[in-house]
Amino acid sequence: MTATRLTADAEVTSPPSAQRDLDAPSAVDSVTGLINGFFDWFGNLGIFCWQVFKAGVTPPYEWRELIRQLDEVGSKSLPLVALAGAAIGVVISMEARYSLSRFGAKSMFPTTLVYSVVQVMGPIMTGLIVSGRVGAGIGAELASMKVSEQIDAIAASAVNPYRLLAATRIMACILMLPLLTIAADASGLLMGWFAQTLVEPLSFHQFIANGFQGAKFNGFLPPTFKTTVYGLIIGTIACFQGMRTLGGAEGVGRAATNSVVLASLFVILADVVLVKFILVVFP
Amino acid sequence: MATVIDIAMKNEQLQKDDSAPAIAVKQLRKTFGSQMVLNGVSLSVGRGETLAVLGRSGTGKSVLLRIIIGLESPDSGSVCIHDQNIVGLALDQMGEIRKKIGFLFQHAALYDSLTIAQNVAFPLEHHRREMSKTERGDRVRQLLAEVGMEGDFGKMPSDISGGMQKRVGLARALALDPDILLLDEPTAGLDPISSGEINDLILKLQHEHQTASIVVTHDLHSARTIANRLALLDKGNVVIEGKFEDIQKSDNSFVKEFLKQS
Repeated sequence: MTATRLTADAEVTSPPSAQRDLDAPSAVDSVTGLINGFFDWFGNLGIFCWQVFKAGVTPPYEWRELIRQLDEVGSKSLPLVALAGAAIGVVISMEARYSLSRFGAKSMFPTTLVYSVVQVMGPIMTGLIVSGRVGAGIGAELASMKVSEQIDAIAASAVNPYRLLAATRIMACILMLPLLTIAADASGLLMGWFAQTLVEPLSFHQFIANGFQGAKFNGFLPPTFKTTVYGLIIGTIACFQGMRTLGGAEGVGRAATNSVVLASLFVILADVVLVKFILVVFP
Repeated sequence: MATVIDIAMKNEQLQKDDSAPAIAVKQLRKTFGSQMVLNGVSLSVGRGETLAVLGRSGTGKSVLLRIIIGLESPDSGSVCIHDQNIVGLALDQMGEIRKKIGFLFQHAALYDSLTIAQNVAFPLEHHRREMSKTERGDRVRQLLAEVGMEGDFGKMPSDISGGMQKRVGLARALALDPDILLLDEPTAGLDPISSGEINDLILKLQHEHQTASIVVTHDLHSARTIANRLALLDKGNVVIEGKFEDIQKSDNSFVKEFLKQS
């Protein structure tokens, strides 16, 4: 009796290993699934960009919502961006002073700080800070609206949600990134000078004169205005992730996280391309 | 391809023609993945008429409304609003059609960053730009008074109950004086007195404005009160359609069971 019962239990509780093997996806299926997912994501992103572009260039324009978003993206990011710029300026000041002293090139300090902050660190740091703050905010907000049918309600009210929600946010990011970058640069240069002055007094006037001596258009404006591309990336990725959310609270969290991660990744990749582009076009 | 202006002009012409049904749905099919939700649904609603759509949960009633307003695309079939087939229309073309349709979502779908008054004013701000701020405010007050929410002007949606949110959603749906109303569970979550008030409002719209309405509901009493005809959905098909008295006489086992349990 016991042996029969054990055999019966084994039949009920142990799926055959052959069946498990049949159910598991093969390596080929996994790779093709990934490739399909990759092209599917980019395809949907392309369709989304086209819808937003069409909506954004046709009236009626949502000026009030645009102004509200300029405030959300710009003025509310300003303290964080300025603080990050200040920290970068202090760090570069300390590192540059040490390195330049070793080579007897302390007089190059102002130029080094200006170059490092304005051409390199200021733009990319601003892009990454805004990716985190604004990207997560837009992604979560639109995802929450999606799962609670608010975006459907906007569409049902005969208002184009691509125009009202996406185009305004993307345009706000494009317009505000250069301004935030200038703020970050100013904060970085000011605090970098201040950190240097604590060790070796240097007048601000002399610091600015030396730092910008020989500076040209190519050294300042292109690196600052390349951040409009960062704004386009951050706004587009965040709106896209938010407006296609599924799955309730978990979906909202996923949208916010993906917005930050993907926007940051694409900003970094874009920086590589844009730096090369600027070096070629503005030698 | 019809332009937005063509559709707007055609809308005006057809609204003057009483013979065409306001809503005509033919052989609608819709599948989500492997799940067949609508399997050849056909129905029509004339001007000044209210059709109540009933059925078990998950039988595609809300999906039917979403397809009519254009939030979902059917796999096949046609949806005609005032004789204009809306399937496949572009977003901006569909916008002209939607200006004449009021839609109440199952959970109200109020904009949670706006006050109640701003929610109701939303369609007016976008489509009645010729109205002054004062006129818009008066209209919002009038709409909120019609649904019994005049004392909660400045509250946020999170400050009011689900039933009250539903009433504000109905006020928003009425903002542009629609001649078609699509209502998804309008009395769900409301107390009997409030349900009666909403039913009376729907009847008033039907009589005074000749509004054509489709009401999705589980409330058979409400359906009998406001609807000229009832349609019962099961497994993606219209099992029976007609006046309540005729439906009561049906020998169909599902219909009998549904009426018995309601």
